Amino acid sequence: MRTWGALLVGQMARLGVDSLPIALFIAAFTGIVLALQASYTFTGAIPLYFVGVLVQKTMILELGPVLTGLTLAGRVGANIAAELGTMRVTEQIDALETLAYDPISYLVVPRLLAGLLMFPVVVAFANAMGVLAGWLTAINLLDLSTPEFVRGLRLFFRPFDVEFSLIKSASFGLVVTAIGCFFGFTTLGGAEAVGRSTTRAVVVSSMLILVLDAFWAAVLL
Amino acid sequence: MIELRGVRKAFGRKVVLEDVTLEVRDGETLAVIGYSGVGKSVLLKTIVGLLHPDAGSVRVDGAEVPALRRAELYELRRRIGYVFQFAALFDSMTVFDNVAMGLRRIGTLAPDEIERRVTDALERVEMAGYEARYPAELSGGQRKRVGLARAVATRPKYLLYDEPTTGLDPVTTTVIDRLIQKMAEELKVTSVVITHDMTSAFRIADRIAMLYHGRIRFVGTPEETGATMDPVVRGFIEGRPELAQGAA
Ligand SMILES: Nc1ncnc2c1ncn2[C@@H]1O[C@H](COP(=O)(O)OP(=O)(O)O)[C@@H](O)[C@H]1O
Ligand SMILES: [Mg+2]
Repeated sequence: MRTWGALLVGQMARLGVDSLPIALFIAAFTGIVLALQASYTFTGAIPLYFVGVLVQKTMILELGPVLTGLTLAGRVGANIAAELGTMRVTEQIDALETLAYDPISYLVVPRLLAGLLMFPVVVAFANAMGVLAGWLTAINLLDLSTPEFVRGLRLFFRPFDVEFSLIKSASFGLVVTAIGCFFGFTTLGGAEAVGRSTTRAVVVSSMLILVLDAFWAAVLL
Repeated sequence: MIELRGVRKAFGRKVVLEDVTLEVRDGETLAVIGYSGVGKSVLLKTIVGLLHPDAGSVRVDGAEVPALRRAELYELRRRIGYVFQFAALFDSMTVFDNVAMGLRRIGTLAPDEIERRVTDALERVEMAGYEARYPAELSGGQRKRVGLARAVATRPKYLLYDEPTTGLDPVTTTVIDRLIQKMAEELKVTSVVITHDMTSAFRIADRIAMLYHGRIRFVGTPEETGATMDPVVRGFIEGRPELAQGAA
């Protein structure tokens, strides 16, 4: 029997599997670039261990959550909109209703919760990957030792940075899945309508992520 | 008994059902015919509460469907099996899970009882042995049969069929028609069958109703339908729309 808990776990697993590889890939290259650009910018005037400061702050506060969020809008959000849109136009959602299932609690709620719970997990891994890549770049390509890089990492670090990053990610997760569900559910027509819903879900959730990003910065920082 | 009185349904400014009054008697098979896009599916969906009429009354076993609360509506839906035009099977699930969905929702059935009922439903539609397949691996006719099995698995009192034979070859059409008759006889269900296949309608129906311009234009037995002089009905049956030209 597919209980409600099983549905949630299934959605969470799918979201994680769908998004972790791409999120880690993006974070790794972001970490490399951040380290290189920092060292380029700091020449002479600022001590080189500030590379660690910049990688850590930028990754955790901004690029980890936002780049991951935007990528997942294109992956998870599009996926949800296409899947639910197809279910709508092929009358599978009507079929659920005639079998006495509530499509909101059966299809929508597990996806929203999965987004809310899994986005922070994925972003946490992305943040770690970004910092790790920054560190590897610093010790291999820059004239920096591990103790110096770590000194930079810890210099302005505050635990709140991590909280901020994860709160932001959870809100992105909710937005991406909610928008995906909304456009999927309200699809009207045939195959090309599913395509339209998918595109709209990606565009709208990407824009909302950027707006929310500014909102959290204004409210929490 | 299913009773529709003065049912009206519009989408935006487009009025699909204007004033539909129709009765489905217990135990009968009623075929509803009509041109594509007249609102036959809309009519069927108002009966199970998937669509809300703008005006009028839809009663099933005396209960006013649009006024039911969610729990009552779900309770009612257990008594109604709905066979969708393109089967609407859940493509992420196997045939077994598709048919078991409605049974699992009941919540009180043991797994072996569910399995027994799924097997029984699949046997009735001659699809036993396909339990582990996915809908994508089935032909159109096989999908419709699984859709029918899913609808009858909960032993409903009513079966609503939305164009069960549209798009099927003549042989498969006969197979499906026989299944519809068999369900009516063996399970004593009351059926509403939407179709624009007149051969099917004459074969399976106790009565035939025609939906035209938002109203029920005609209701009668197959004999009465065959003999009617109404030009709109004649034009539809004979595939000669020009007969309806100038008809009120
Ligand atoms: N959910 C909906 N929203 C808007 N228009 C709809 C909806 N469902 C059906 N319609 C319109 O109602 C009309 C009748 O549709 P339908 O009942 O599917 O016809 P048919 O008799 O072929 O089954 C069509 O013009 C269709 O576009
Ligand atoms: Mg239809």
